[in-house]
Amino acid sequence: MDNGRKVECACGGDKTVLLYSCSGAADVGEIADRVTRKIRHEGIGQMTCLAGIGAGLTGFIESAKGACENLTIDGCPVACAKKTLERIGVTPISYILTDMGLKKGSTPVTDRVINEIAGKIKTQQLNRVNP
Amino acid sequence: MIIEVLGPGCPKCTKTYELAKQAATNTGVEAEVVKISDLNAITNYGVMITPALVINGKVKIAGRIPKVEDIEKWITEEK
Repeated sequence: MDNGRKVECACGGDKTVLLYSCSGAADVGEIADRVTRKIRHEGIGQMTCLAGIGAGLTGFIESAKGACENLTIDGCPVACAKKTLERIGVTPISYILTDMGLKKGSTPVTDRVINEIAGKIKTQQLNRVNP
Repeated sequence: MIIEVLGPGCPKCTKTYELAKQAATNTGVEAEVVKISDLNAITNYGVMITPALVINGKVKIAGRIPKVEDIEKWITEEK
């Protein structure tokens, strides 16, 4: 079964980009999770588990330290994903959905919203990599 | 002591394996150095990038070839 998991080999020419979602309880947390899964499938990077870092599991921590880029998607300004990476000394590229126009507590979790946010993040990422 | 080198068998994984064996010899610690290429075994450690080096179940580095001095230090810490 393809569960989307893939291990990048550092011998390859591509930059390793790891994706993390806050996957929080609020509507914007759910959107963050679904957006992260969508852009993973669209080839922006490999999604991995933020909880693994929070739990102090060495494989997740060392993978974050060894990646070319770590990208966090947080639903709100509490920025749990970004701060989780910063706690292990890694500065991620951070996207916060409330900074992108969503309102915590009153945003419907719909395909339209997910597609719109995923499109914006994907465009910004591609522009950053190939300005 | 068990030292595992995680990776599909690429040049960097092979180099990491050689360095791990060298570090084990240098420290004089009795260690079994093994290559792990099974994807499930690698992801079960939470490793997303290879090569990775695991000593006694702890991932010490991922995505880079370690220095032999660093491996020696990790072996000493874990023995």
